[in-house]
Amino acid sequence: MATFGQTTKMVDVIGKFVDVVSKKLPDDVMAKLEELRVQEEAPLAKVIYDVMFDNIDKALTLNRPTCQDTGVIQFFVRSGAKFPLLGQLRGILREATIAATKSAPLRLNAVEVFDEVNTGTNVGTEVPFIEWEIVDDSSNVEIEVYQAGGGCSLPGRSIVLPPLAGYEGAMKFVFDTIVDWGINACPPLVVGVGIGTCSNSAALLSKKAMLRPIGTSHPHPKAAAMEKKIEEGLNAIGLGPQGISGKNSVMAVHVEGMAHHPSVLGVGITVGCWANRHGVIRFDENLNYEIISHKGVNL
Amino acid sequence: MKKVLTTPISDEAIKSLKVGDIVYLSGTLVTCRDEGHRRVVAEGIMPKLPLDRIAIFHAGPIVKDVENGWEMVSIGPTTSMRMERYEKEFLAKTGVKLVIGKGGMGAKTAEGCKESTAVHAVFPGGCGVVAAEEVEKIEGKEWPEFGMPEAFWIMKVKEFGPLIISIDTEGNNLFENNKIGFHQKKEVAFKETAKEIVSMIAKS
Repeated sequence: MATFGQTTKMVDVIGKFVDVVSKKLPDDVMAKLEELRVQEEAPLAKVIYDVMFDNIDKALTLNRPTCQDTGVIQFFVRSGAKFPLLGQLRGILREATIAATKSAPLRLNAVEVFDEVNTGTNVGTEVPFIEWEIVDDSSNVEIEVYQAGGGCSLPGRSIVLPPLAGYEGAMKFVFDTIVDWGINACPPLVVGVGIGTCSNSAALLSKKAMLRPIGTSHPHPKAAAMEKKIEEGLNAIGLGPQGISGKNSVMAVHVEGMAHHPSVLGVGITVGCWANRHGVIRFDENLNYEIISHKGVNL
Repeated sequence: MKKVLTTPISDEAIKSLKVGDIVYLSGTLVTCRDEGHRRVVAEGIMPKLPLDRIAIFHAGPIVKDVENGWEMVSIGPTTSMRMERYEKEFLAKTGVKLVIGKGGMGAKTAEGCKESTAVHAVFPGGCGVVAAEEVEKIEGKEWPEFGMPEAFWIMKVKEFGPLIISIDTEGNNLFENNKIGFHQKKEVAFKETAKEIVSMIAKS
């Protein structure tokens, strides 16, 4: 049975974690940006990388959100069936969002649907957005927070292709989407591609792919090769940072997939900007926690 | 040597700028994005502040209320292309000389820049803290009913930048030119990638 003290503690910890994620980029993103910065040769692109790194430093020293668009707060919950606060978690995540909005402060980005009025609290109907997954029978939970700005949410889309369009059609959809929409999504981008059986399964898989840590590959050798080839293809286009043109277009391309109906191939795309603010925190049943994405951070 | 534009900005200073130049801005900068453009152009309502020869920023900031005013926390650019529908008329109506945003703008805005002697420039996206540090003071706020991101924030800035000129007064358009190159390279890259992936999937 969850106590009031436990609920309050979890609100406090997650609220502080959401605050940190808005200000400090995760380890995987930092490592990749440093790698791409060194590779860059175009003069204007180098100027942009310099400002990006100056901004990363200033956000930390001044304790401010790295980008003014702190997004709609999204949580991806991967829980064991026996995590004791599972029933309270929706309320906890909502309260944590309100707390982080005040402490960071985050931009007020929740516009209530139908009335089209900003709620002024960063929460609203189905916001924070929560994706639930029961992964096993344990009493632990892993929570991933993601702060997607409007710019990098805009290219997101999914399509259901007929079988004869196949993987060629899927690639056309990916390349067209990134070139038509990627420039304003703040490249270098993280591109998530989902191969599913309908529009929502493809979209969800693309989001999971985008959130996978940079530097990891899909366990299936063909999917891993696909990730590499798409990454090379998109980098050959040379969008550069901010689409100013340069050496690379993307930080990573990740693909996730599932078995699908023989008559369809669903393809989803989710794009993350260079200021890719995602963070993973794990709790055990006693609410001891470990931060996975940001080593050395204390809340 | 930093090239600094100071408001009120002269036509001569604007005409001397070419795409790819890097400049900085000192003086008055106001935020104006979707709702502000719609109000000025579609509804014909002007803000109280005269906009002649100053600069606008396509941006929705995080602002903190403090005693006797506001503090700029984070202010990076938003996608300029969203304002493409109205920018040409906006320039003609207001006399704004410098439009700052993210990504490029289209042919209609390029025409507007030529006719109204104005330029479009980009500030690196996602760098809201660097930009906020170049804001000396928030001097005022109009249209608060639009909410924090859309309100019309009036700022005094010092050497605000780097600003990369993306549309100049001669009709040159950096991002539209880039796009032509990107699309050509895309055709080659897509065909090669798709061919390799299709043949890889076919092998079982």
